[in-house]
Amino acid sequence: MSGTSGTTRQRRTMQGRAVVAGPAKGEAVVSAQPISLWGGLDAKTGEVIDRRHDCSGRIVTGRVFVYPWGKGSSTASAILLESVRLGTAPAAIVNCATDPIAALGSIIADELYGRCVPIVVLGEEDFRSLSDGDRLSIAPDGAVTVEKP
Amino acid sequence: MTIALGETDRQMLEGRSGQARRMAMSIIVRMAEVYGAGELMDISQAHIDGCGLMSDAGLEFAEKLTAAGGKVIVPTTLNMGPLDLQDWRRFVTDEEFAAKAVRQGKAYTDMGCVPTWSCAPYQGYLTPRFGQQIAWGESNAICYANSVLGARTNRYADYLDICAAITGRVPKCGLHLTENRRGQWLLRLAGFSRALLAEEVFYPVLGHLIGAMVGDKVPVIEGMPANASDDQLKAFCAAAASAGSVALFHAVGLTPEAPSAEAAFQHRPPERVVDISPQDWYHAWDDLAGAEQGAKLDVVVLGCPHLSFAEFRSLIEAIREAAPAKAADGVDVALLTCQQSLALVERTGWLAELEAFGARITRDTCVFHTPMIRRDAKVLMTNSGKCAYYSPGSLGMKVALGSIGDCVRSAVAGRVLRRRPG
Repeated sequence: MSGTSGTTRQRRTMQGRAVVAGPAKGEAVVSAQPISLWGGLDAKTGEVIDRRHDCSGRIVTGRVFVYPWGKGSSTASAILLESVRLGTAPAAIVNCATDPIAALGSIIADELYGRCVPIVVLGEEDFRSLSDGDRLSIAPDGAVTVEKP
Repeated sequence: MTIALGETDRQMLEGRSGQARRMAMSIIVRMAEVYGAGELMDISQAHIDGCGLMSDAGLEFAEKLTAAGGKVIVPTTLNMGPLDLQDWRRFVTDEEFAAKAVRQGKAYTDMGCVPTWSCAPYQGYLTPRFGQQIAWGESNAICYANSVLGARTNRYADYLDICAAITGRVPKCGLHLTENRRGQWLLRLAGFSRALLAEEVFYPVLGHLIGAMVGDKVPVIEGMPANASDDQLKAFCAAAASAGSVALFHAVGLTPEAPSAEAAFQHRPPERVVDISPQDWYHAWDDLAGAEQGAKLDVVVLGCPHLSFAEFRSLIEAIREAAPAKAADGVDVALLTCQQSLALVERTGWLAELEAFGARITRDTCVFHTPMIRRDAKVLMTNSGKCAYYSPGSLGMKVALGSIGDCVRSAVAGRVLRRRPG
């Protein structure tokens, strides 16, 4: 698959920026709201626990967590790192603005455990085209292929 | 993207200055790529937040750096940790958790960090200077250091903070650079009565409102009282950095980079102008009351961020006005502070009064990091916008925000009693 955008009836590939590079696949859990992973994600269970958040109660483990950007606490990196250690982490993260704090958690997981959570930033229009339940494949160069269910 | 590295940077990256610096520099360089920074720069102070959360991964990371000979090369303070180091048995029955938390703390102090264990580091040892380039963790402290002190830090996340302290280097980008400290949105407070502006809760509620409104933009606020105290600004910062990602704000005529709105915007026009009315403020006030008026109260939490000496004084004054000056049975009153504030309080007669009231002081930690809240507790009251924001998710509790006076009166009554401000 080339890195340029292409559309067929069910599949579409969009070029994003690989903030933390790696391949991943999973079902999209899509939020319209920014989140702080600390206070927002339970590393033990992979559940979104920010009760003000639109994904409250959802499990992101093994899924692609799609949220616009990170906010709030700088402890978010620790939560993502611990979730990698415990195997509850999302398969990947897709944002529309770089979330450096999540990126850091992912990079440290790579340094410590040799496993990271790939993170891609998409342009705003591409980001908004994603819906809950889409099947996403992420390539190390930041290309995101979407299959609508 | 290639990062232009200096000779010392390369020495560290190639492991010629030891394995701890190699790992720390590798993380710094990868983060420079994330930020899109072309080069690194020096910092001369650090504040570590990564010592706070007790997680096995965080412990492994800290011990790996220590075992590899990691030492901080700039003065470095510690945020609160997972335990009240002198008195942890009061809350922590899990010996394994405690043993790991002690190991984690030791790993950081072995690297040369100062054991301040405070989330209000700007009120204690090693307060940064105006214009000083620093690497700070802890969202409320980042906001305060940038905005109120005029020091320069990005939002250093857990574990990047210690990497910066070990290498003395950070990616050159963001709020370290003058042009990025320019105000973006102009927020004009209009129609607020003197009485409302004088309320203690004015600040955390305004922070909650503005944080949610601006996200990570740099707001310039017109109409904030010029005599706002350090503790009021601290409450504002903690709330704004929880409801949003505010790492820097300017308050015209109050904060050091905003002698005028024009100066705060660096003589460019605002991207957006928003008027904030008392109605907006009361809407945020209502939003901070998940627990209803009159609800049975279980816990009062004061000290998020850690109580200063002046906040202890306000609390004592409120207790002296209460009748009886004693919390109702079944209400825990948790006071969170650091050793430095407590040392001053110990020189007053207040400890006996606090104890008689039924308040218990915990130092070095907080309700989110040590299991201080009893399991059957459902309703929490606090004067902190940050604690009010995070408690529903992290502690599973209903929360009402009120002034220190409201919290004291509610503790005495055993019920949530919020006085409508203004």
